[in-house]
Amino acid sequence: MMLPQAIAQRSRALIIAVPWFWLALFFVLPFLFVLKISLSEPALAQPPFLDVIREIEDGLVTIKVNFGTYILLLEDSLYVSALIGSTKVAAISTFFCLLVGYPMAYAISVAPKHFRLPLLMLVMLPFWTSFLIRVYAWIGILKGNGFLNQFLLWLGVIDQPLEIMHTVNAVYIGVVYSYLPFLILPLYATLVRLDPILLEAAADLGCRPWKQFLTITLPQSMPGVMAGSMLVFIPVMGEFVIPDLLGGPDTLMIGKMLWMEFFNNKDWPMAASLAAVLLVVLIVPFVVMRHFEQKAAEELQ
Amino acid sequence: MSQLRNQSVEFQWQDPEEEPIVRIEGVSKVYGTMYANDDINLTIHRGEFFSLLGPSGCGKTTLLRILAGFETPTSGKVFIDGVDVTQVPAYERSTNMMFQSYALFPHMTVEDNIAFGLKQERMEKRARQERVKEMLQLVQIDKLAKRKPHQLSGGQRQRVALARALAKHPKILLLDEPLGALDKKLREQTQFELVNLQERLGVTFIIVTHDQEEAMTMSTRIALMHEGRVEQVDPPRRMYEFPATRYSAEFIGLVNLFDGHVISQEDDRVLIQCEDTEQPILVRHSQPLTAGMPVTVAIRPEKVQVMTDSDDQPNRIKGIIKEIAYLGDVSIYHVELPSGKRVKFTQSNIQALAEQPITWEQEVQLGWRYNSCGVLTQ
Repeated sequence: MMLPQAIAQRSRALIIAVPWFWLALFFVLPFLFVLKISLSEPALAQPPFLDVIREIEDGLVTIKVNFGTYILLLEDSLYVSALIGSTKVAAISTFFCLLVGYPMAYAISVAPKHFRLPLLMLVMLPFWTSFLIRVYAWIGILKGNGFLNQFLLWLGVIDQPLEIMHTVNAVYIGVVYSYLPFLILPLYATLVRLDPILLEAAADLGCRPWKQFLTITLPQSMPGVMAGSMLVFIPVMGEFVIPDLLGGPDTLMIGKMLWMEFFNNKDWPMAASLAAVLLVVLIVPFVVMRHFEQKAAEELQ
Repeated sequence: MSQLRNQSVEFQWQDPEEEPIVRIEGVSKVYGTMYANDDINLTIHRGEFFSLLGPSGCGKTTLLRILAGFETPTSGKVFIDGVDVTQVPAYERSTNMMFQSYALFPHMTVEDNIAFGLKQERMEKRARQERVKEMLQLVQIDKLAKRKPHQLSGGQRQRVALARALAKHPKILLLDEPLGALDKKLREQTQFELVNLQERLGVTFIIVTHDQEEAMTMSTRIALMHEGRVEQVDPPRRMYEFPATRYSAEFIGLVNLFDGHVISQEDDRVLIQCEDTEQPILVRHSQPLTAGMPVTVAIRPEKVQVMTDSDDQPNRIKGIIKEIAYLGDVSIYHVELPSGKRVKFTQSNIQALAEQPITWEQEVQLGWRYNSCGVLTQ
């Protein structure tokens, strides 16, 4: 018979094993496949590459690793500028998401309790419609004779339709619109947990309302700002639907590039190496996010 | 009940000429239909250690928050140092508050917490550092200057909160249940320190507490609050010895109450016929009373003594011991009178093992002096 302690230990190990197993099966294993494809040679075949590990004759196996795609990635400025382009779009969109999202999250967090849930629902409501349809809807709004231009012409603000569609500005609008809830929700969660007594304490010590926000609320909401920013920044880095639908030929983004390599050029090794590089690049901001989360957890104790 | 304060200090502030540091005139605070504060009038003098005492929900915290400027009274006025501050926001008041939850800024070090108020008034950096150091020494936490609040124990946080509230040298320090979160030992020790600190600095302390012992030990005066009203304002000793109302008598310490009516009054000697005693009770009371007026006689358990037949005492009752509670220093005895009413009396346990201890079901004769009980008319 096992001691209860041993049983507890074993069941704990079992419970922890489940997510690890999940991660291994659905993340590590596919990534290893991608890595393997990225190191293979492109070929006119089905699938369109020569596997790294190949059986030439009966029982004879060769291992041929090809770093060519990675070298090309570094040499061809197109890929580097796509990566820079993605980073730029992700960073600027995150900034605008913060600009729009912080006041919204703050307003919800200070609203009377019974208003908070309906307001949050309004933020999340667009999720009930397909992402793709919502992005398509923006085409109707932003195009040359779309709603926005017609409205502005009718108002008399402009006399020539604005050229937004198929520019990087359309991408910014689409990205900020699509990813705003990802910033608002974690930020709201942080803001609503802040103790309002601290603002009273600050006021008591002679601090005026605007300065109370700057010295008490803002620094304490930084973990939420960081978490929300990462939740916007990371997926936008790999975003390809929005630049594909709203952007023009000048919007170079790594996600769109990957899509093109895979489906248009049928260059699987190239697409795979792009995916691998993107993952490595994204691990950096993720580690930053984890760091801030841990710090926040410590202070909340 | 013990008192930390030297009695002579008690009346020091009673200078009729001086403008009180706080004057509360007819303050009411209404939430919906609920009166959190109902027509409160109080004056608090410079250098006082003033307690707002009462059970939870009596409005003491609301009144403190009105003084701090976090709430605006529905009606009435608040004067600080003779100036009407009723509409002055918290950040422009010369009061500072120590919060019940301490409300330390979690993202700042101990030093920065203490310096926060000084930065708001743009104190020059050198002077500010000097003041912070002085405050750290005052509450004996110099070594913790660089720590953050989550790295401190409860007692240490309490000290930081006190230092932060005192850093700006406020005219008035408001303390909301300052010792509530501490364990009993630490609480008693901190009571001493607070009183010493207050006497040394001469700052007016206004403290909110539900703990009558805490209020009795530390205060120069206590305002006992009940359902949004001030029941009685007096120094601790008067509050205990001469409760003004039935509520005061019952809230502070133990008391025996006998309902009855006045038979006669001769100078300060009043004879009262009570429902539960065979003989009328003789009480000292200097205010004139009319015969037949319904009153209550209040007598503290420690003033009731066990009598022998030879003792000459006009106030005498007989009863049977029903319960004994041994508290270490004293024992509390519950005595049942022939009418069924129970009377409590206490005796200090002078001997470790008394030769003839009082035991259950024993018949005893109790008595008290005419000048050790009081008359309640409300």
